[in-house]
Amino acid sequence: MLHYDVAVIGGGPSGMAAALAASKEGASVLLLETEPRLGGILNQCIHNGFGLHIFKEELTGPEYAHRFIRQIQDSPVEVLLNTLVLDVSPGRQVLAVSKERGLLEIQAGAVVFSTGCRERPRGAIGIPGTRPAGVITAGAAQKYVNIDGYLPGRECVILGSGDIGLIMARRMTLEGAKVKAVVELMPYSSGLARNIKQCLDDFGIPLLLSHTVVEIHGKNRVDAVTIAKVDDNLSPIPGTEEIIPCDTLLLSVGLIPTVELATKAGAELAGSQVRVDQHFSTSHPGLFICGNTLHVHDLVDYVTEESTVAGQFAAAYAKGARPADGREIPIQPGEGITYTVPQRLTGESFRENITLRFRTRRVYKQARLVLSSGGKTIASFKRPVMAPGEMQTLVLKPELLNSLGESLSLHVEE
Amino acid sequence: MVDVAIIGLGITGAACARELSRYHLRVLGLEAQNDFAAGATRANSGIVHAGYDAKPGTNKAKYNVRGNALYPLWARELEFPFIQNGSLIVCHDDGDLPGLQALYDRGVQNGVPDMELLDENALHSLEPNLSPACRGALYAKTGGITCPYEFCIACGENARENGAEFIFNAPVTQIRREDGGFAITAGEKIYHARTILNAAGLYSDAIHNLLSRVPYRIQPRRGEYQLMDNAAGAFFTRTIFTLPTPMGKGVLISPTVDGNLYLGPTSLDSTDKEDTSTTAEGRAFILKKAAESWDNFPKNRFITGFTGLRAHLIEGGDDFIVGSAPDVPGLFDAVGIESPGLTSAPAIAEDLSRQIAAYCGAKKKDNFQPHRPAIRSFRTMTNEQRRQAIAENPLYGHIICRCEQVSEAEVLEAIRRGARTVDGVKRRTRAGMGKCQGGFCGPVILEILARELGCDPTEILKDAPGSNILVGPIR
Repeated sequence: MLHYDVAVIGGGPSGMAAALAASKEGASVLLLETEPRLGGILNQCIHNGFGLHIFKEELTGPEYAHRFIRQIQDSPVEVLLNTLVLDVSPGRQVLAVSKERGLLEIQAGAVVFSTGCRERPRGAIGIPGTRPAGVITAGAAQKYVNIDGYLPGRECVILGSGDIGLIMARRMTLEGAKVKAVVELMPYSSGLARNIKQCLDDFGIPLLLSHTVVEIHGKNRVDAVTIAKVDDNLSPIPGTEEIIPCDTLLLSVGLIPTVELATKAGAELAGSQVRVDQHFSTSHPGLFICGNTLHVHDLVDYVTEESTVAGQFAAAYAKGARPADGREIPIQPGEGITYTVPQRLTGESFRENITLRFRTRRVYKQARLVLSSGGKTIASFKRPVMAPGEMQTLVLKPELLNSLGESLSLHVEE
Repeated sequence: MVDVAIIGLGITGAACARELSRYHLRVLGLEAQNDFAAGATRANSGIVHAGYDAKPGTNKAKYNVRGNALYPLWARELEFPFIQNGSLIVCHDDGDLPGLQALYDRGVQNGVPDMELLDENALHSLEPNLSPACRGALYAKTGGITCPYEFCIACGENARENGAEFIFNAPVTQIRREDGGFAITAGEKIYHARTILNAAGLYSDAIHNLLSRVPYRIQPRRGEYQLMDNAAGAFFTRTIFTLPTPMGKGVLISPTVDGNLYLGPTSLDSTDKEDTSTTAEGRAFILKKAAESWDNFPKNRFITGFTGLRAHLIEGGDDFIVGSAPDVPGLFDAVGIESPGLTSAPAIAEDLSRQIAAYCGAKKKDNFQPHRPAIRSFRTMTNEQRRQAIAENPLYGHIICRCEQVSEAEVLEAIRRGARTVDGVKRRTRAGMGKCQGGFCGPVILEILARELGCDPTEILKDAPGSNILVGPIR
């Protein structure tokens, strides 16, 4: 049995930031990564646009990752690569496996879950039709192209306008494939505005909003897909079908946080997300969670910010600090808000700013974000545009936090 | 010249190959596709039926009950998964309670042991997730679940160990009678055989009709399924049926041997023996029917959908055709093997192999090896077993598929045993069957296949020829 103050599971941007922060606090830290190198999915994101907030420059994914890999190398953080965590017990015992070391048991003072997310597969949204080769998730396609050096298709349709779908539309085009359309179920894109401009508009790739793929054709390899318009209930409208010949359907239909390890260890969910307070502590003492395992981000910079906080408080917990018994203030997502992170605040008094991140249910223009407590509005903020594809942020100041009643809710007013 | 040419290596053909390899017989299996279990065996309910459903006196009843009784031994010898989880046939209307009694009586007539009629309370205490609309049930305790393709592959491996040979990508296009047997054109070659065992599933009519003047006709009957993730199996312990209709056994809710849960199948006659596409209507129907027994089931647990085709006989009877074709000496048929064909496979194999051995005058070998070791799976090992497995082979410590915890050692063993495609590895190891459906491990499996088979990654297939995953190198 190995002993560490903090075990960090997952060596992507989130895990690296948490490990570094915990280490800076003086904790002994073990960082466990499944892949042969640190960096996570950033390693296959060879496009730029990373680091604008944190480094004030545009980096590629591997460059962004490398800045942290170097810091890890220069820090006392111990790293185990090619190591998969199989289980975490409520008592913070971590069971991991690697071919070099076999089964490993680690007793940690605190555990940080930073295992990222997975892509929603075809079956989860039930696209009808045949089951040929050529239907793959955008992230898998990205790995084939950027890491392995192979093209998964020559004529593509992309379902879903999330950021990976948009990025892959451009990437496939640059590699000589023809992207015939990006098809989006919703009346708006779920990707960043800058990606729509730079990845679709600049290459003349049509974005078909309020459309979906209703059938996949082809016996062994995709030979076409049928798309159709959808109505306000997102149901396909009969008579609007159009067949698009293609050999590939790339899916960018959502990312799902991999919460299974954390929930099995005792962390409670709020909806489909793990519930955390402002320290990124889960409902189970000593278990912390951050990055895309907590909620899916559009910018890695925010992942780094949040995970740094998670790492700091994980180190504090491991060193014996316990949150003062105090109030627990749940944060309710009200009208127009999908979720908030954190979902609750803990503590008696607040001395520092707390960043609230959230997404809206739809596109809002010239709307107000309203914070209320005990039925009374306590603050409101004007926002020119909010879209589900762009994560929103509110910084709550101690004065406001210390004036809260039993609860806090956030909603949108038009 | 071989003694027996088995046409079709689904569960019927593979189980027959295994039983025939008990005898001093040269056994050759010919399969049109590139792997075992390529047809109905790949996509069905995986149920080992108790046997209450089939009409008494029929082949379906006989082989079902005998097959069910053989499963525990076969599962032990061949190390494929089999759980006697029990079947519940529920009804949603007090008016249907007599129907349950009739099914019970039929079960008794067929010789089905361990059945019980349950009232509402007993039923709900067994399966608390059933909706209040479920009024009562027939509980058949000998009903079970298995993994059809793993069973089929296990039979094939065991038969091969005992001397049977298999040729894939060899669709039979012509059969000519010749002195002492048959000349079979399959793929590019002609094979000579004393006898033919026709286990060609959906195409068993066509194979039979090449030789016989008493024609059969098979109509594909579609069955669509929706599969939930590998933790959803915990919602139910037993397989939930509704009262059977002339079209089949209705939409089931069943855990799988691997901890998943599925809803399905539909039952719809088709004309296309190759069309295994799924449909929006099929999915909607399944969800609606399942909701009758399980209200408020989780909608976010589905990971895939698939369609299987039942080999339903529409000309030549309404039962399994098993045995020697009356007008073609040496041709042994297994035609119209739809449900309960998977359950019946061991019994059909037992019976047909005896008949063929008698026809050929072959005796049993005394060195038949009944045991086929399964690929040892990291996922199902205890931690102590894992330590030992990694000590013996460090690649057991390299997990390729995170969702199903499949190690590189298992993937390599699957390839050693004959997996040649990504789906072939999947069916032998479960790599890619989890929540992410191969999103993470797919590219890695492809890379390992290319490395082990010594070919270019662009040559690696998902499944059938033509299902290449990559189209070429990047610019």
